[in-house]
Amino acid sequence: MKYTIKKDPHEDERVQKIIEISGQNIFSCYQCGRCSSGCPMAEFMDVLPNQVFMFLQEGDVDTLLNAKTPWICAACFTCTVRCPVGLDLAAVMEAIRELQLRKNYDYVDPYKVDEREELPPIAMVSNFRKFTP
Amino acid sequence: MGKKVMFYPGCTLKGVAKNLEDSTVESARVLGYDFIELPGWTCCGAVYGLAQDSVKFTIANVRNLIKAQNYGKEIGDNRLIAVCSMCYNNLRRAHIDVMKNKDKLKTLDLFMDEEANYEGNINVLHYLQFLKNDVGFDNIKKMVKKPLKGLKVAPYYGCLLLRPEEISIDDREDPHILEDLLQLLGAEVVDYPLKNECCGSYHTVDKKEIVGERTYKLVSVAKDMGADVIATSCPLCFFNLDKRQEIAKKKHSEFEHMPIVYFTQLMAIAFGLTSQDVLHFDKHYISPEEVLKKWL
Ligand code: SF4
Ligand code: SF4
Ligand code: SF4
Ligand code: SF4
Repeated sequence: MKYTIKKDPHEDERVQKIIEISGQNIFSCYQCGRCSSGCPMAEFMDVLPNQVFMFLQEGDVDTLLNAKTPWICAACFTCTVRCPVGLDLAAVMEAIRELQLRKNYDYVDPYKVDEREELPPIAMVSNFRKFTP
Repeated sequence: MGKKVMFYPGCTLKGVAKNLEDSTVESARVLGYDFIELPGWTCCGAVYGLAQDSVKFTIANVRNLIKAQNYGKEIGDNRLIAVCSMCYNNLRRAHIDVMKNKDKLKTLDLFMDEEANYEGNINVLHYLQFLKNDVGFDNIKKMVKKPLKGLKVAPYYGCLLLRPEEISIDDREDPHILEDLLQLLGAEVVDYPLKNECCGSYHTVDKKEIVGERTYKLVSVAKDMGADVIATSCPLCFFNLDKRQEIAKKKHSEFEHMPIVYFTQLMAIAFGLTSQDVLHFDKHYISPEEVLKKWL
């Protein structure tokens, strides 16, 4: 994965929006990697949890908006409770999803879900809440 | 009649997780408590909203808390028990959230102008906490008629009983409340290093292959540690670990199935409640009947 400083994140509207939605100071991440080492979904991600902060600090929101990672995170809060500086990465992942969902984007189309009869309500309610506007 | 306590079942328990609901309510009855379904409860929404600038995921929960506040005054008890991990997590988080952020509470109170304001005194408890702190483990031990001697159980907490920290029912990295309960029911608890690792959660809807892989790992490790069953308290963990074994098996031919149970079913069995009206084994993809037949 290549890193290039795209834009001063303090002047990037979308970075500021992510900070506002998540309530997290993304600049306090110092890349220790603890979030990624304990993440149960990391093996399925294209951008690792710690790299999310790296891209944000470099003002590269496009990479994050095009990444699978925010949609692979399961909001299990393992990183949240283990981050040594107390960052809530699960909330940052949600903020990145929200940037897209708030434009009326459906990541999952409820009408196209197969085996709807066999899925418990808890699965569908939680999925649609995370993946539809 | 036992002592009345408010119970929040959640939508999944009313259907596919009847085995969780009935084993919870009936085991509580044995212990002298009448779990009364919270009048007029609505679905909690399953996942708590993490966006700080929005209260849309908090409304339903606070509405439920207000209903508990009203009914709690009638029966003179402010405890609200949930057993589904997600319901517990949601209700507890909402309570903490609006108590910490009074402006959110004000917005919600203004929005819900027909209801009373939320006064903030509802004590949301998970059934395990209630069993340990309110009933007392000693009193539970007294009711055990059929100790589950020889049954090897892997205790599975998943995420939402332990995280985030503010709602954790026990030490978030090394919990033992479930182990302690299972032990006093007579079961042998196996060391289960993945007990607080996520199962893949709601990805089961659109990325079930990933959940199949998680299930493969979680069940295989439990098997390696010598477990006969995995015990959980969450209907989503249950569905994933149970039903997604089908995918795990397709992908990994050496994979061996293992039944998944709710800890409440094990408690019911230990109390001698072995009727299918309580246990509902027809709700399981992998039937636990064979493994449990010694006690049924
Ligand atoms: S654990 Fe916290 S500080 Fe460490 S890399 Fe992750 S977010 Fe940054
Ligand atoms: S909350 Fe998301 S990023 Fe954090 S550990 Fe869980 S799956 Fe990984
Ligand atoms: S957690 Fe799920 S099952 Fe429980 S009430 Fe909420 S949505 Fe329904
Ligand atoms: S283990 Fe799975 S279903 Fe259970 S709480 Fe975690 S993510 Fe949710």
